[in-house]
Amino acid sequence: MGKVVLKLGDDVSTDVIYPGRFMATVLPEETPQYAFADDVEFNAALKEGRTPAGSVIVAGSNFGSGSSREQAASTLKGHQLVIVAQSFARIFLQNAVNVGLTTVECPGIQASPGDELDIQETRVVNRTTGESYEVRPLPPTRRAIVEAGGLIPYVRRRLRERT
Amino acid sequence: MAMTLVEKILARAAGLDRVTAGDVVEPTVDLAMSHENAALVLSQFHEMFRDSGLEARVWNPDRIAIIFDHRVPAESAKTATNQKRIREFIGEQGIRRFHDIRGDEGGICHQVLPENGYVLPGTVVVGTDSHTTSHGALGAFAFGIGATEMAAVWALGRILNVEVPGTIRVEVEGRLPQGVQAKDLILALIGDLTAKGANFRVLEYHGETIRRLPTAGRLTVCNMSVEAGATAGIVPADQETLRYLKEEAGVKGQPEILEPDTEAVYERVVRVDAARLSPSIACPHRVDNVRPVDDVLGTKIDQVVIGSCTNGRIEDLEAAARLLKGKRVARGVRMLIFPATWRIYREALRRGYLGDFIEAGAVVMNPGCGCCLGVHEGALGDGEVALSTTNRNFQGRMGNPKAEVYLCSPEVAAYSAQFGQISDPREAY
Ligand code: SF4
Repeated sequence: MGKVVLKLGDDVSTDVIYPGRFMATVLPEETPQYAFADDVEFNAALKEGRTPAGSVIVAGSNFGSGSSREQAASTLKGHQLVIVAQSFARIFLQNAVNVGLTTVECPGIQASPGDELDIQETRVVNRTTGESYEVRPLPPTRRAIVEAGGLIPYVRRRLRERT
Repeated sequence: MAMTLVEKILARAAGLDRVTAGDVVEPTVDLAMSHENAALVLSQFHEMFRDSGLEARVWNPDRIAIIFDHRVPAESAKTATNQKRIREFIGEQGIRRFHDIRGDEGGICHQVLPENGYVLPGTVVVGTDSHTTSHGALGAFAFGIGATEMAAVWALGRILNVEVPGTIRVEVEGRLPQGVQAKDLILALIGDLTAKGANFRVLEYHGETIRRLPTAGRLTVCNMSVEAGATAGIVPADQETLRYLKEEAGVKGQPEILEPDTEAVYERVVRVDAARLSPSIACPHRVDNVRPVDDVLGTKIDQVVIGSCTNGRIEDLEAAARLLKGKRVARGVRMLIFPATWRIYREALRRGYLGDFIEAGAVVMNPGCGCCLGVHEGALGDGEVALSTTNRNFQGRMGNPKAEVYLCSPEVAAYSAQFGQISDPREAY
């Protein structure tokens, strides 16, 4: 169960998630401080630990559009957020899978800040409104990376197989 | 079974007779490009090899290119230290396609690659930069990936889990009117398709307008294809491509040309009548918020920017110089010009454009990304408005979430700078 801590519209860009001016910071340990840096209030909530692990951001379509910066995925992963969106932009989705950020593609999702979402394999149930929405599963190849724990362990296995 | 151009390229790179949209393949990579974010790539790369007992070596140093462009010369100790670490790694691994901060060979990655003949038709190019789509202009399948994905490419020489994208065929016919450029064409297309209209798809460009467009204009079109969400933009290689590779990129020999099959299956066909286009402006804060210039005439501007991987080529500077020579940038307007590479800078110097710009009151900056991504220089003040030939106008993009950015062609930028407000360059003809 996760509480919705932020609700956003369509086409949320990586410049909003992780502004370009912080891009000299690259390491996943260091990126979380700049998550949604231009949303001063939400950034403060994240940094002060007011969003427990598993808290949910709900967004419209094409979440993560724009640049390829992996910081946009690692910054959210650092706060153990879950992103439920109507759809995701390609590079962002791949980055999320690679760094182990949980993304849930849920075309019909309706939720407001404060709602409690129960995220299951095939459905998202909004416990506050009682509604439930279908989830579009990750393609099997992406799933394999998620199941391996991210791309780094997955590639480690491939390197071992090669030798 | 007939294939689109990208299906053909992926089939070949994956060693298969045929692939179809939706298949998952692991193609070999012909060129893997990174810029300053190689700092993250190399730390992820070392992670992959940690405790493996294997030596951390890239699969093929000759297929990797690294270009410093995002923050050059370094704006902070942090960036300088990242650049230093990357230089050390490049030395250890024997990577030769390295373009450091140098006047003889430096510049923005998406112009350095084509200029140096690194990109060939029919190849697979990946870059840790979303505008890697640019290289589709030469008939390559070129797309952006994240840093950890790139670390996997450095380790394995393949890109894992590529879902063969469906293709949208774009047919552009008709002659671009005077004062209307390739930038206006792609902005108009993005406005029609919307920012997600081509998400997970390839835009394959055809038609007489595209055939007549020099490689410079095709680079602009493919560069911005990602702004419609496209995985890649691609122009099938033709005589112009061969001319560019030979005359401007110094490629020896005759590269092979691939074409899509005539019976190839497209998701849909989009038609554009180039003759009906007018100068296009992408208004804040969305690249698909595109209007004809007439709708925004008179909008006051504080800063004008010409440059970036979208419009920092010699053809762009030529168009700007034509409109600025002997004129003055309006008082109260800052005009910043960033040639995309030092090669272009030297050519503009030789042709006298840089002198024309400076005499008009513009500031000519060193090649690089400059203020395009708002980390380095040329930031905007609260409430200020920029008119820029770059490719993104997202809130905060130029370093200040309280500022606004309008995107346009080099002609609109150069002409408007003289009046301090968005103006129509067609008036100049
Ligand atoms: S010029 Fe701008 S868009 Fe192009 S590579 Fe640099 S930062 Fe990216």
